[in-house]
Amino acid sequence: MATHGTDDAGKAPWLTVAGMAPVLLALALFAALLQAIPAVSAGESLRFAWDWVPSLGISLSFLIDGLSLIFGLLITGIGALVFLYSSKYLAGHAHFTRFALFLALFMLSMLGLVLADNLLTLFVFWELTTITSYLLIGFDHATGKARRSALQALLLTGTGGLALLAGFILIGTVAGTFELSEIRAQGNVLQDHALYLPILILVLAGAFTKSAQFPLHFWLPNAMAAPTPVSAYLHSATMVKAGVYLMARMHPNLGGTDVWLWTLTIAGAVTAVFASVMALKQTDLKQALAYTTLMALGTLTLFLAADVGYAITAAMTFLIVHSLYKAALFLVVGIIDHGTGTRDVYKLGGLAKAMPITAIAAGIAALSMAGFPPFLGFIGKELKYAGALAVQSEPFLVAGAVLLANALMLAVAGIVSFSPFWRRKHLADDLNAHEAPWPMLVGPVVLAALGAVFGIFPDLLAYSLVNPGVAAILGDDVKPAELKLWAGVNLPLILSLATFTLGIVIYIYRQSLRDRLAAMGERAISLDRGWDRVLGGLKATAAWQTRVIQSGVLRHYLFITFATLFVAVGGTLLARGGFNVDVSMPDMLLKHWVVILLIFAGAMLTLTTSSRIAAIAGLGAVGIGVALIFIIFGAPDVAITQLLVETLVVVLFGVAALKLPKLDPGGEKTHRPLDALLAIGIGVVVTLVLLMVTDGPLDRRLTTYFETASWPDAFGRNIVNVILVDFRALDTFGEIAVVVIAALGAFALLKGRKTEEEKP
Amino acid sequence: MNSIILLAGTRLLVALLLVFSIFMLLRGHNTPGGGFIGGLIGATGFVVYAIACGTEQARLALRVPPENVAMVGLGIALFAGVMAIFFGDAFFTGQWLFIGATEDDKGLPLSSVLVFDIGVYMVVMGSILTLTFALEEGV
Repeated sequence: MATHGTDDAGKAPWLTVAGMAPVLLALALFAALLQAIPAVSAGESLRFAWDWVPSLGISLSFLIDGLSLIFGLLITGIGALVFLYSSKYLAGHAHFTRFALFLALFMLSMLGLVLADNLLTLFVFWELTTITSYLLIGFDHATGKARRSALQALLLTGTGGLALLAGFILIGTVAGTFELSEIRAQGNVLQDHALYLPILILVLAGAFTKSAQFPLHFWLPNAMAAPTPVSAYLHSATMVKAGVYLMARMHPNLGGTDVWLWTLTIAGAVTAVFASVMALKQTDLKQALAYTTLMALGTLTLFLAADVGYAITAAMTFLIVHSLYKAALFLVVGIIDHGTGTRDVYKLGGLAKAMPITAIAAGIAALSMAGFPPFLGFIGKELKYAGALAVQSEPFLVAGAVLLANALMLAVAGIVSFSPFWRRKHLADDLNAHEAPWPMLVGPVVLAALGAVFGIFPDLLAYSLVNPGVAAILGDDVKPAELKLWAGVNLPLILSLATFTLGIVIYIYRQSLRDRLAAMGERAISLDRGWDRVLGGLKATAAWQTRVIQSGVLRHYLFITFATLFVAVGGTLLARGGFNVDVSMPDMLLKHWVVILLIFAGAMLTLTTSSRIAAIAGLGAVGIGVALIFIIFGAPDVAITQLLVETLVVVLFGVAALKLPKLDPGGEKTHRPLDALLAIGIGVVVTLVLLMVTDGPLDRRLTTYFETASWPDAFGRNIVNVILVDFRALDTFGEIAVVVIAALGAFALLKGRKTEEEKP
Repeated sequence: MNSIILLAGTRLLVALLLVFSIFMLLRGHNTPGGGFIGGLIGATGFVVYAIACGTEQARLALRVPPENVAMVGLGIALFAGVMAIFFGDAFFTGQWLFIGATEDDKGLPLSSVLVFDIGVYMVVMGSILTLTFALEEGV
């Protein structure tokens, strides 16, 4: 199972620059964010902004408020621990530097995402997390499974990202700004707008794909193809929470409606219960944890549906609880994998003796996950029940879903971290297990310990992070729920006891349940296989249309291109019914007639000759005629360019023509009548369009602007050139980039053909 | 191609074309010309040279591979755009320096716009030569 040589990794040096630089970076960012706690918990928010594309309302603006601070601290804090862990886990791997770079880039993208105050900046970082996650899932690129999973995650979350962009643009047009803090200050503008529903659908499409809500969940378990530290970091603690973050961030602007309430409630509840059942079924520890992550994401979505203080407090608390225990447990699974070479629950047992520290860390993290006191998980669970009973939709349905999910979670916690270590099965000797080195232990130990510390002293967390986070979502008026271990004997406590009982029962009967689920699973429809069919269909369609349109004969390409042009332009002309152009003959001078004659003669020569060189020369004559027209009508720049291009094209064609066969060897002229018809048609249509254009009054606003601005603003008198290099320099830059790419592409084709021919 | 007339003419023509191309590049801001036209003329010079003396000689005369000229040109153009950021302006805002300017005279104007145009010149010339040389060598 392990993708790395356990023995080699033990000897390779782990204290490398590539390994430590991300750790230090994450620590520095963590420390910087910690300093924001006093200000944020006092109710302030810190904003930093730089102009980016001011003309489009895009700025690089960042906001540190309660919500982004929670996420920022989780990202950098867990990041530092995971980076330290992976410097040992992947020590000596041939591509470790690449891995460290991807991981550090991912952290920065994720941090940018949660801190961004501008919707489009947020979107850019959102897509960066998609791309870095693609690189990380596909890190083990030699295996087909990793490549498939990476592509699946990229396509699914990428599609969601596109929907999100559309949603953001709609929000920007409705609200008149892309700044989140300004949109928030506008109150219920979005909810009351006619475009609310499209916006909501688009934004939730982005959030649900990223946070793997049912039925778009299937990429997440597959993403476990990534190295374990990546799973611990991206697919439990950070990236998949981006969707949750988005929902929390948009809660003040999109939430509070019935559609929001029910969509999130149903999606969250279904995901949570479905994922818990699936988690129970897994025998691979990593897969089991992956499904419990889905459950957590579902639960968070469920609570973000509501807008009561209890529910949102529950969401914020559970967010922290989950990140702490899930990252810890993933790292533990990595240690087990590293130390024994397997992650199969059937093969593991009695590891506590060989790995005492890991066992204790795993035990504490699992107790927090299972929701036992005095750990933070218990408080989280109590709050979840209190929150579930307080929601506006169907308190008992929500509480029931949460109860079922929690009980299953308890059972999975047992499977993942109790059974491999404490089960009385002495497999440890056969597996040759050993305790992990300290850089790998720091992460699980610190994270598990934090779960216990925050559980015993919940106020540490409540005033610094949770309450400001709740205030960022609900505003300062709503009172957040209190975090405490003992809230007296109430309904949540009774539900907790029910959870323990049910969970332990499920744990004891896990084997028979698993068998039944496996039998059921064979009959169920697999979305993952459906995905393959969709992709296969897409590829088949692409292959089919390529076969139809792209025959490989240049003449056919030209024919299709011009036929399309003819139908599109001519069709538009017909549909608009506007041919009434003034065809009165203008006054023609002798020089005009000469040019027309030149163009006509060149065209006729091209049509009638059977020599390629003569045809090209004829075309050159046409081009020179066009250049003369430019000169007559006072566009010297264009004329010079036209002349030079025409000259070079003749030379290039001339060189190429030496290689080509004679024009139309006998008996292949059958296509010419049709070509002629199309050519005449195009000529007529283009002439008509030109006549119509010149018929109407010319809009001279731009011309006037450039004429007046060229000298004072850009110190140039040649307007054409000033437009090219100054006013529209960005366009020109794009164009010359295309020129270079085209030249390199053609170069590669020509050279490639040459080497192929040279081969014996 | 072994034409004495072409060979003799080429010597004059190539030098003239290259000088003329730089002249066109520099005058472009106020009178017809500019990086695009200059690059085309410069490319024509080398194409003529290649026709007369062969691509091997033309490559030697150019000293660097034409594809590198194109890519460096693109880099220079990008740099010209980025320069504006260092002066606190938006991407691709022209930056100007007037050396020896007086009340009536602007002196010698130097600008990031010129740098950009030089980039365009190199891209156009490099790309066309890349294509032409490769085509001619393929024959």
